[in-house]
Amino acid sequence: MKVSMTVNGQALEADVEPRWLLVHVLRDQFGLTGTNIGCDTSQCGACTVLMNDRAVKACTVLAVQADGAEILTIEGLKQDGQYHPVQQAFWDEHGLQCGFCTPGMIMTAIDLIKHEAQPNYAAIRHGIEGNLCRCTGYENIVRAIRQAADKM
Amino acid sequence: MGVLGQSIKRREDPRLITGEAKYTDDLQLPGMAYAAFLRSPFAHAKIKSINTDKAKALPGVVGVFTGKDFMDLNPLPCAWAAGGVKNNLNTPRCVEPERVTHTGMSVAVVVAEDRYTAEDALALIEVDWEPLPVVTDAKKATEAGAPQIHENAPNNIECEWECGDAAATDAALAASDVVVKQTIVNQRLIPNSMETRACVAQYNPAQDEYTVWSTSQAPHVQRLLLTAFVMGIPETKVRMISPQVGGGFGSKIYIYPEYVTVTALSKKIGRPVKWAETRRENYVATTHGRDHITDVEIGANKDGTITGLKVKTYANLGGILSTIAPGIPTTLYGRLLSGPYKIPHIHCHVTNVYTNTAMVDAYRGAGRPEATYVLERAMDWVANELNMDPTEVRRKNFIPANEFPYTPADNILAGLTYDSGNYDKALDKALAMLNYAEFREEQAAARTKGKYLGVGFSTYIELCGVAPSAWVGLPGQGWGAGLWESANVRMHLTGKVVVTTGSQSHGQGHETTMAQIVADELGIPVDDVIVQHSDTQGTPFGYGSYGSRSGAVGGVAVHRAAQRIKEKAKRLAAHMLEANVDDLMYEDGKVFVKGAPATAKTIQEIALQAAVGYSLPEGMEPFFDETSYYDPPNCTYPFGTHICVVEVDAHTGKTKILRYIACDDVGNVINPMIVDGQIHGGIAQGVAQALYEGAVYDDNGTLVSGSMMDYAVPTAAMLPSYETARTVTPSPVNPLGVKGAGETGTIASTPAVVNAVLDALKPFGVKNLDMPLTPEKVWRAMHANGGNGKEG
Repeated sequence: MKVSMTVNGQALEADVEPRWLLVHVLRDQFGLTGTNIGCDTSQCGACTVLMNDRAVKACTVLAVQADGAEILTIEGLKQDGQYHPVQQAFWDEHGLQCGFCTPGMIMTAIDLIKHEAQPNYAAIRHGIEGNLCRCTGYENIVRAIRQAADKM
Repeated sequence: MGVLGQSIKRREDPRLITGEAKYTDDLQLPGMAYAAFLRSPFAHAKIKSINTDKAKALPGVVGVFTGKDFMDLNPLPCAWAAGGVKNNLNTPRCVEPERVTHTGMSVAVVVAEDRYTAEDALALIEVDWEPLPVVTDAKKATEAGAPQIHENAPNNIECEWECGDAAATDAALAASDVVVKQTIVNQRLIPNSMETRACVAQYNPAQDEYTVWSTSQAPHVQRLLLTAFVMGIPETKVRMISPQVGGGFGSKIYIYPEYVTVTALSKKIGRPVKWAETRRENYVATTHGRDHITDVEIGANKDGTITGLKVKTYANLGGILSTIAPGIPTTLYGRLLSGPYKIPHIHCHVTNVYTNTAMVDAYRGAGRPEATYVLERAMDWVANELNMDPTEVRRKNFIPANEFPYTPADNILAGLTYDSGNYDKALDKALAMLNYAEFREEQAAARTKGKYLGVGFSTYIELCGVAPSAWVGLPGQGWGAGLWESANVRMHLTGKVVVTTGSQSHGQGHETTMAQIVADELGIPVDDVIVQHSDTQGTPFGYGSYGSRSGAVGGVAVHRAAQRIKEKAKRLAAHMLEANVDDLMYEDGKVFVKGAPATAKTIQEIALQAAVGYSLPEGMEPFFDETSYYDPPNCTYPFGTHICVVEVDAHTGKTKILRYIACDDVGNVINPMIVDGQIHGGIAQGVAQALYEGAVYDDNGTLVSGSMMDYAVPTAAMLPSYETARTVTPSPVNPLGVKGAGETGTIASTPAVVNAVLDALKPFGVKNLDMPLTPEKVWRAMHANGGNGKEG
């Protein structure tokens, strides 16, 4: 069946099976491979995108559920050659190593700061509980999100 | 200049923060088909028959294959049999034709037009199984009457290995004032890199060549094993590329059955084939780590002097061998058992055991965390037994700073020596951060209020920069090849530099740190250097990234190649300046006659002359292009002190980490920001072993902790902030003075946390607990003596 959605400001359509996951459509149909798949049980959060301005795990959304939705992925953050403040902060604070969790982590952080403009460290740690990182031990991710909150 | 030692931001990050980086599963090739593997639900079983007819008939299926279709391929090789002893080796085939020895082994593979169809087809394959008896515990597997897994391995023993002096250690223990005996378990862990495994292969019939993309820590080694050992074709027939790699922690060093299968399939079906592992597959089919059962005996005199250490370990290697499995619990474990201490006599006996569980191989630290756990727990037992402070027992037995290079007793390090160290200095610095005396007062006061605080120490060493070839290789420790590293540095006509390295990054930041080494050596802007790696075409052969060896071995190769360019530049500058080369200085990217800086030629001017070749000294070839193959004379030995402060909730048994202090000495530091990041991540994995993680098999050999829902990869809220500091004791082994930082955090942290919890539980008379220290386990221990949570 046909679905249409606005992805990073661009109207896109795909012919999908009802069982297809949003993350597979983003990656395989639309070529937006910045959104990664890290698990199959919705634990890791690597596939987090914004759907209608809310963070969702794109492995837990069927593509048909996203019909008519506005989707923002990691590829849509950089504007006019400028990194989003959260992207910049992850770079500045060494908030990534292998980078695989990073797109999902950044999308979650944007959602977190949207809901709580000045989160403290504990709130940040709690707020990113749905996103797993195996490299950084989270310390620099927390610092990066804190730094970004100051600039947003 | 001096870009060495500066926290410059990582040059690989722009592609990673924008989603532009391409991991293996991101690749799309025209005509690509997708593979999916049918995996055994049984831990030990014979395959009586397989019927693939229904699967083949499913629309969209390109082909279905079983083990019988791949009998022209050899079993995978074992590249590290334990040194100096008989090994009973058993390795997997790419798809098992007759029998499985752990759950998750593949017995059939489907290739289809898309991944959904491939998965659908798996459900249509019918296998007639004959289940066989199962054993999962390493110690029980060696006992009489245990199910036998491999014909060539009686009592399921892969090998028996030892180091040190058994008789001298027994005598030393017998003469000791006190001896503490304890059995401890270092539980099985699952690496869980965030990117699971993946492989894409494309066959080019015109050339009879393959291109294989795989997420790897060692693409050159994978290619060598895939071609020369499994496929029986020249190494040159495969180009192996590891694009962006999403973490590895050891689990991506190896040649895996699926990579062989996907490569073979690309020729069989004449189309590119992709396989991307699911997380559930990753749990059962990618390597695990640790899994030791160890009997420890440590002797001491009344003043706290350690007299001897006797260790007997059963190491679980799983149902079949991964690439370097036997070497991890032998060389990288037993040989480290002196730690930072002068121990007069040591003996270690290791039994490597087959069980019906997933393959066990190197996981971050690989042998060294297990050795450190033995020693650092044992130091606390001695302190408790003698009623001494745990820091004093450690300090009393430290190898003094003036005794380096130090050779551990009883030849346990097989001819190598610790390069440099100052263990007191790191301990002092960490204790000052803690404010130890004040903490003990606070702890005593808290106990009177029913609040249980604890502090744990871990004063560790590790062995990094794993090499030298002659030591680790077949004449010595049994590693099947060499362990040097390589680098090529070229300075182009424009003065821009390309570094290619056989080393490989899976998150560490080689593109930044290797560029810093070259920029510093040549005195040029770091932005003028690019670093290329991870592709067997265009990079010199290298053994890859593991064992914290990229800096201390690979980085030194880069440094030496840059030095050679510098030397050649001086000779060319002498020609240009009509001066004697001995009268020239090289400083900040300029060559000039000593005392006459105005004569200077910049390295860029000299490189231009080298590149055009119009006027070169007699016998000099054009261009700056230098390669180094560096085989170090010794490993390197970082060290430090980690301190963990916890509070254990008496009502729930839950442990909260209040402070985590790490003072590490990794030698000279190329990029402090990156080193700190490595240490943070290492601590997180070590803390996770102490408190949260553990692979659990049931008696049937089913992995109960087989998904991210069931295995406790920690979240941000489960981990503390880290207070890091360092001392700097350069390594004399290499000209950069670097030691290695990738594994120190994992090696040091686990016992620090466990010691802290047991310190908190001291009032309850709890002397030992095996990891992970879950709230339930801790609560039960507090209530074990009918104490109802009251102090005993």
